[in-house]
Amino acid sequence: MTIEDLTRILVECAGAADGVEAGTDLHDVAFEELGYDSLALMETAARTKDEFGVDLPDDVVAELHTPRAYLETVNKNIGETV
Amino acid sequence: MTRTLVTGIGVVAPNGQGLDPYWEATLEGRGGIGPLTRFDTTDYPARLAGQVDIDPAEHLPSRLLPQTDVSTRLALIAADWALADAKGGTERVDYDMGVVTANASGGFEFTHREFKKLWTQGSSAVSVYESFAWFYAVNTGQISIRHGMRGPSSALVAEQAGGLDAIGHARRTVARGTPLVVTGGVDSAFDPWGWVSHLSSGRVSTATDPDRAYLPFDAHADGYVPGEGGAILVLEDAATEGAVDRAYGAVAGYASTFDPPPGSPRPPGLARAAEAALADAGLAPQDVDVVFADAAGTPDQDRAEAQALREVFGERGVAVTAPKSLHGRLLSGGGPVDVATALMSIRDGVVPPTHKTSEVPAEYGIDLVRGAAREQRVECALVLARGRWGFNSAVVVTSA
Repeated sequence: MTIEDLTRILVECAGAADGVEAGTDLHDVAFEELGYDSLALMETAARTKDEFGVDLPDDVVAELHTPRAYLETVNKNIGETV
Repeated sequence: MTRTLVTGIGVVAPNGQGLDPYWEATLEGRGGIGPLTRFDTTDYPARLAGQVDIDPAEHLPSRLLPQTDVSTRLALIAADWALADAKGGTERVDYDMGVVTANASGGFEFTHREFKKLWTQGSSAVSVYESFAWFYAVNTGQISIRHGMRGPSSALVAEQAGGLDAIGHARRTVARGTPLVVTGGVDSAFDPWGWVSHLSSGRVSTATDPDRAYLPFDAHADGYVPGEGGAILVLEDAATEGAVDRAYGAVAGYASTFDPPPGSPRPPGLARAAEAALADAGLAPQDVDVVFADAAGTPDQDRAEAQALREVFGERGVAVTAPKSLHGRLLSGGGPVDVATALMSIRDGVVPPTHKTSEVPAEYGIDLVRGAAREQRVECALVLARGRWGFNSAVVVTSA
């Protein structure tokens, strides 16, 4: 999963991020700062499971605060249950 | 009781989006009823509806779209317009602003889509936003979040009567000390599941010509046309500095009653609601200049409403109108749109007609405004609404 995949899924699930200029590197910008709340991330996790086969439980998702942390966890566990 | 003023109005109706376009359409007789286009209605007995033609993405942030049903999108747009219209009244502490809306059907279309996913793709495919997108309090909640209003808030459900109940309760909320309350009602249920729910009333017109469908109080009345949309109003305590100058008018009285069970010898409760609302306003029937009728559009219910009007006002004792014949019955949105229309009547000194209705049975004994708008001084209007299963509500609006 790439940052482009994650951004696309976030937009599909919960709309565009707040106040982000095109071209900004989002890896280390907190989801909270981008305006994505816990429901937006739960929805994103469900889509991630569909597309990448990684099952992220709600309590694991709750601890992933940035796109970088989210991507690392997903990519480490492709094809597995976390 | 504290005097409560209406200082902002947002209308999203099938025949006009925004207060001025809606009011112009109402006076000119431009309707909003046409073939229902949201899905293939070929096999359904009724195919006309009042649809709102608006692109929510032009009015709301993209963040709100994946989490909202069409009904909530329309409610948020109407609330934005009402608050903009209230001109400065909203610069207040968050706990001094509340939200009281009515809803009759919840997020039908959203829920239909998510249930389809549940059946075909499994539970993990269902949107987390279904958790709140479906339910009756969602419009109150989303308006509260969007505008930072943390004061006393609630949601009321009473089918078509609920919108007036919300306005009545909002007025009570102001009287209890919250100086500004956003209120009204907005509904939409035009997915196949929602449509079947409308049809289950057995009172939806099967006419195919929009000019012949939904003819309230007409000898040829054969049912109503469901519509979507509604109105959101801003209510403020009249003691607020400058509020009187910004106000369209006052919500002066409110009452609701419930019908006796079918087969009971007791009369239906509509006349009692009207009388109680007038008593609440400290007014008498002769003070009322115009009645915005519930206008069910079926002969039995039209006859019952005509009888209630004769009981309260006497034979042809008051001007009666039902401009909703242009846009259909909007469930919880119906009463608030009528209240907005009544306030425009007060402002402009004109009563819009009941378009399309031409032949009122003499036995009804009502002075129904037909054909052209009637220019007359309007200081006080009574708005009536009935909800399926026995709800009756009445609101009295007066000049500020």
